[in-house]
Amino acid sequence: MKNFGFSLSKDRQIDFDKSDKRIMDFVKIEEPTFNICIACGTCTATCSAGNFTEMNLRKMITLIKRGEITGVRAELSKCMLCGKCSLACPRGVNTRNVIFKINQALEKYSL
Amino acid sequence: MKAEGKQAIWKEYQKEIADDKYFYVRSCVRQNFFPGSETTFLRILREELGKDIYEHACHTTCTGIGYHGDIVPVDTMMTVVARQFAMMTEAGYENLVPSCITSFGIYTEVMDTWHHFPETEQKVRDYLWKATGREFQIPKNLAHASDIVFKFRKEIAAKAKYQLINKETGKPLKVVEHIGCHYAKMFPDKGIGGAEYPYVLTGMIEEWGGEVIDYPERRHCCGFGFRQYLVQANRGYSMSCSHKKFESMKPYQPDLILTNCPGCPMFLDKWQYAIAELEGKTYGANGQGIPVFTYEELAGLMLGYNPWDLGLQMHQVSCEPLMDKIGIEYNSETKYHDKNGNSLGVPEKPTVLKVSL
Repeated sequence: MKNFGFSLSKDRQIDFDKSDKRIMDFVKIEEPTFNICIACGTCTATCSAGNFTEMNLRKMITLIKRGEITGVRAELSKCMLCGKCSLACPRGVNTRNVIFKINQALEKYSL
Repeated sequence: MKAEGKQAIWKEYQKEIADDKYFYVRSCVRQNFFPGSETTFLRILREELGKDIYEHACHTTCTGIGYHGDIVPVDTMMTVVARQFAMMTEAGYENLVPSCITSFGIYTEVMDTWHHFPETEQKVRDYLWKATGREFQIPKNLAHASDIVFKFRKEIAAKAKYQLINKETGKPLKVVEHIGCHYAKMFPDKGIGGAEYPYVLTGMIEEWGGEVIDYPERRHCCGFGFRQYLVQANRGYSMSCSHKKFESMKPYQPDLILTNCPGCPMFLDKWQYAIAELEGKTYGANGQGIPVFTYEELAGLMLGYNPWDLGLQMHQVSCEPLMDKIGIEYNSETKYHDKNGNSLGVPEKPTVLKVSL
């Protein structure tokens, strides 16, 4: 390979026809309140784990909906399942169960 | 929609193009990368169409590359443009025809600025007078050289020796048209078809027998973008833009790409080599690339001009497979010889991209 002193920049475009939607599709069926999330970030603001780590449920949900699922397992391992996010959610999303279901999907699809 | 209504709307997307008596200004970079294009344009206009087209030996760059690269200040740029107008006025012409899309954008921008801010025009007139003692008239008509070829596309088709048709299958060739961003994206009403439906190249392709491909990234920039390629470390952004377009057009298996800007054919042609070297990927048939043409080169090919007089040997992607498809006659032995038969030297072969030498 030749070295020109530059290379192709990675494309940041999300191709929804090619993205991996397996986790999203699974959680949508298993925990239907996942569909009414408005990505307000209240869950992240109240998150105990988020105070000490990079844990960010809002970001994780967005990435799962985009099909960008690399790193979801590592992100999820920081959650202590305290359930504060469920209490704070203004839309009544059962976020604790959403996290359970994401875990199940990871196991089911060996991700 | 009623046909009359459609025509009425389409009228808004038309522009006035002068019939004759053009003052021609060349591009800075085209003569290096596509050396036969501008000569071919002049030859077609003078010999095939019998038009009066004049170029001045003293005209200079419009400073567009420096201006968009934030090196040349706007006042300097406008004064240089005013000097080109002065030479046009002194030569007795009123219709300006730039060869370059960047220049076309620059002239459009300057004329529009002066229209809205007459005091700026007066200031530039003063600058020019102090610097050179020259005066000028603003062009009555400004048309890019591709507008002129578009205007006379039917006349060129009537004289054409070849058509954009595969001689084996009898089917139209599939053509990607790529319009330079500064043609109509800045001032939509200055381009044929505006920014949304640019028709300047499509009109030529349809008239000369080809079929235009509509692919998702059709209106994406080629990646020229001035500061993207002026700095070596930034050239990845430039190449990524071309890469995005190639990936998008590949499924449609285009036979050729037609362009009307100096930068677009350069990058769409040369980046195919760079992408092949970096990624091992090629976009044409049998490991070759997709040949890229300027509209003058394509018009010259259709008229049966010698491909080596058009400068096609300077292309990175070989044009021979396309010429074979159309049935254009050429002599491979004279490809790298000048008019006097002297050898120009044969370029090095790329490691991945297949080329005909």
